[in-house]
Amino acid sequence: MTLAYTLQLADDALIIGHRLSEWCGHGPILEQDIALTNTSLDHLGRARSLYQYAAEQFNQLPADKKESFFTSVALMQVVKAGNAIDEDDIAYLRDGWDFRNLQLVEQPNGDWAHTVARSFFYDCFNFLYFSELTKSSDSKLAAIAEKSLKEVTYHLRWSSEWVVRLGDGTDESNARMQEGINDMWMFTGEMFMASEADKHAAADGTGVDVTQLKSLWEQKVGEILDEATLTKPTGTWMQQGGREGRHTEHLGYILAEMQFMQRTYPGMEW
Amino acid sequence: MSTNSFQEHFDSLIDRDITIEPKDWMPEDYRKTLIRQISQHAHSEIIGMLPEGNWITRAPSLRRKAVLLAKVQDEAGHGLYLYSAAETLGISRDEMYQQLHTGKAKYSSIFNYPTLTWADMGAIGWLVDGAAIMNQVPLCRTSYGPYARAMVRVCKEESFHQRQGFEIMLTLSKGTEVQRKLAQDAFNRWWWPSLMMFGPPDAESPNTEQSVRWKIKRFTNDELRQKFVDVTVEQAKVLGLDMPDADIKWNEERGHYDFGKINWDEFWNVVKGNGPCNKQRLDARKKAWEEGQWVRDAAMAHAEKRKARKKAA
Repeated sequence: MTLAYTLQLADDALIIGHRLSEWCGHGPILEQDIALTNTSLDHLGRARSLYQYAAEQFNQLPADKKESFFTSVALMQVVKAGNAIDEDDIAYLRDGWDFRNLQLVEQPNGDWAHTVARSFFYDCFNFLYFSELTKSSDSKLAAIAEKSLKEVTYHLRWSSEWVVRLGDGTDESNARMQEGINDMWMFTGEMFMASEADKHAAADGTGVDVTQLKSLWEQKVGEILDEATLTKPTGTWMQQGGREGRHTEHLGYILAEMQFMQRTYPGMEW
Repeated sequence: MSTNSFQEHFDSLIDRDITIEPKDWMPEDYRKTLIRQISQHAHSEIIGMLPEGNWITRAPSLRRKAVLLAKVQDEAGHGLYLYSAAETLGISRDEMYQQLHTGKAKYSSIFNYPTLTWADMGAIGWLVDGAAIMNQVPLCRTSYGPYARAMVRVCKEESFHQRQGFEIMLTLSKGTEVQRKLAQDAFNRWWWPSLMMFGPPDAESPNTEQSVRWKIKRFTNDELRQKFVDVTVEQAKVLGLDMPDADIKWNEERGHYDFGKINWDEFWNVVKGNGPCNKQRLDARKKAWEEGQWVRDAAMAHAEKRKARKKAA
């Protein structure tokens, strides 16, 4: 079960990293372009460590388990040919329903405020999450968490500062930031709903009990929104499904773009 | 000191290879030439992010994606130090952006060509960064201190990029038939524009003579172009690629490779705005700038509010 758990964490990291990388060269301020690209690289780096670990776990599964683990035809061809899979096979050869990332991270960048809102909610969750995951009984996950926590601490500082700057900036920026917060809000509930993989991992000490993080997250988010003179949304109906492979329409387009080389020129070294 | 003795002092610094610093007196034309050259260089870095940025979301492996992203980020960093170096000459970054957006300031024409396949990421690193290095290494000893120091850092990173690009080409050339085809196709498309990066022939380069005298430039366009051709022919052999020029031939007497005629008509057209991507590149920058206005305004307004609150406290 650590495999499924590792994969959902890796997918979050890859997809948010991909989204943030779309800003590269198009940011509103050169220094911020650089900062956001840095963050994107942190997420991508974490995705790679996790996919490498996932591939290692997958390659040790018995043959029958391997063949039923993923639904992707392209990935199954690699497996059935008797080849070990690697980080790229997992990232590039699965279809959306095998991706277990949160729907939040696949949401489009929108304007700067939407990007900031998405990052802020996710970074705040990540900070609490990786603080806990450093205690994982799985030494590999604990080590990845340790490294990530340093990065995520910086990410959270960055996104919190921007929420405050935009909320407490001009009338226009306040309105845009509020809209960003409102639009992303319905995707935040999923972070605290434990998937099957989460439940197993929390029970055996390898993972984090996400249900325990919610009140701390709400408190932290509330503080920053207050400072930013923004209103915390009151909606309680939350979207969910990402952890089960049910996504918003956006993920399909991310994958179509991201995977096109591997799909068009299969089995090559790049 | 009279203007004359200022001039003499300046000339003697140049003659003794002592760098000119922001507070030193300098002839107005020297200042203007530097602003033009450094800002053009900074703009090239920023516009140069776009053709490669075009492949970040489609890179064929996670490692390549990370390396490309880091490379484009380095270019943003280069833009930043160069804008800062230009600012020491008394022009603001906003003014420089303004000049870029209105078409008054130029940037390297190479970035007005499209990146059509993944192999272009290899060809750009290998050829475009390779040509840039040849142009830029001598600038580490250029007479204006802040520019020379910025260039030391830029060149270190550029040579790393060039090796990465060559490594992409090498991987392709050792790959499947279709990968070799991708590599050759990219080489064919980027070769001539890369030669044009050194600028017009010396005989037609209006700024070269004065710039060499001021030690802003250390070599002429044609000298650098020849050096680039000589190096690249040998590298293409390692890659097993065909030179996209039937006239490439070793000239024993000159000790250099001869090469074919460059299409200067195309060069001047791209400079004038008729390249395949001139409009697209500039529009992308203008869009980022215009859509970022409210963000910059908010940051400014927030900083003012904080300052006022601090004062009141």
